[in-house]
Amino acid sequence: MFVPCDRGGGSASSEFKGFTLLMPAVSVGNVGQLAIDLVISTLDMTKVGYFYTDCLVPMVGNNPYATAEENSVELSINAEVYSLPSKKLVVLQIRSPFIKNKYRPFCQTLLSWVKSSKCAQVVLLSSSHAYQRDDEQLLGTPLRYLLTPDLEKAVGGLMQELNWKEMEKVAAYPGINDTEKILHIPGGGITKLLFTESCSKGIQMAVLLKFCSEGDNIPDAFALVNYLNEWLQLIKSEVNTSSQWKIPSSWRLLFGNGLPPALF
Amino acid sequence: MATFFGEVVVAPSRAGVDDDESAEEAREETPEDREIRRELEKKREIDVLWTLKSGASTGSSTDEPFVCSKFIVAIGHNAAAFLSSFILDSVCWEVVGVVKLWNEWCRTSNTTNVLPSDSFCLFYQLISDPTVLLCQCSCYVAEDQQFQWLEKVFGCMQKEGLQVTVLSTCPVADYKTQESTLTLPSPFLKALKTKEFKEQVCCPLLEQPNIVRDLPAA
Repeated sequence: MFVPCDRGGGSASSEFKGFTLLMPAVSVGNVGQLAIDLVISTLDMTKVGYFYTDCLVPMVGNNPYATAEENSVELSINAEVYSLPSKKLVVLQIRSPFIKNKYRPFCQTLLSWVKSSKCAQVVLLSSSHAYQRDDEQLLGTPLRYLLTPDLEKAVGGLMQELNWKEMEKVAAYPGINDTEKILHIPGGGITKLLFTESCSKGIQMAVLLKFCSEGDNIPDAFALVNYLNEWLQLIKSEVNTSSQWKIPSSWRLLFGNGLPPALF
Repeated sequence: MATFFGEVVVAPSRAGVDDDESAEEAREETPEDREIRRELEKKREIDVLWTLKSGASTGSSTDEPFVCSKFIVAIGHNAAAFLSSFILDSVCWEVVGVVKLWNEWCRTSNTTNVLPSDSFCLFYQLISDPTVLLCQCSCYVAEDQQFQWLEKVFGCMQKEGLQVTVLSTCPVADYKTQESTLTLPSPFLKALKTKEFKEQVCCPLLEQPNIVRDLPAA
């Protein structure tokens, strides 16, 4: 599945040993993917390969993180991997939705690649429908986290210090039986599947998600990436952190073209 | 979510996995479900049928891959029509293959006598240089079939020294630009190329944030 770029250097899998894998879930508002775009663009990460997969809708375009004429002509496809060895960070960006019935095989292949690459931990950025919150969730922060049991032991204390809120479980049979609780992430795409599979496979995974709705999700992306930064400290968090993240050139024209002058 | 008029509707999610779909998958698949799914998958399978120069027909898997130096693929009615009008003729080109597929939007057949308004996917070989192949694909290849099309077609070709050119069209209204598309002189050409392509490109490259989808992207 993973195809390395020809940039020389050793075998692709050993490059990520001990790294943190950061990836998005294709979820409501595409917030995870937007946040990942901010990370790749700000840290100026290098593309190290892509996923050759039949599970995602194909798409191709020119370099979405282009800053000048010289770097704007590299092709970019739907699932690419970027790396920043100085921060032991490897990032997967997913740019198109899953083909029907293909999300399960994708999750399986992805998790076995994670295991074979020997990544230390996986951080999944995601989102969930804001309108499905209960009364308590409507108050306070819209950001939540989840940790697999293995990772809980390692960083659970840090989450407490940061005063983060864990994603609440909901009743499996609401109204009938409130004792049995399950994890429910509406609008989260493959988030729940990846999380439950990671728990059973002993993969250290953290999920960071934000409650949001479809619309202009750029502010949601900034909120999520700042939340991530509280933990991973990818950039120096100063007073006005929003201005520290670099918006990629591909975010231009998100809401349509210019207006025809004849309109006026 | 609530719409402008106040009624509550279930909005399609960009997540790509509807909650219904994932709940459905969570249930154990019965043998009947498995059978139905297998039948549907079989129906959506693509068959690539090649005719060798000698006239003998082979199945979708040839013993040896074709030697191919140039492969030109025209996807969509406009691109296919361009090839028909300006490039193809019965003197220099002969039909060497056909793709048979079915999906909700179209069905092709394995006849090579097609009308321009039909949905078809044919392969032609240049008689004077058999390493030059051309494909006219005017049928819509659904997203779950695109990868299969790719693997089956390219699987038959030797990829060393192969130059692939993909011709396709998109509506001008889909083009993202600072000005309005109304004032753009159309039609116009844009290109995408891999870094291995060293020749001169005849038109400007596609600017961000525009992208290409479906079979041309695949």
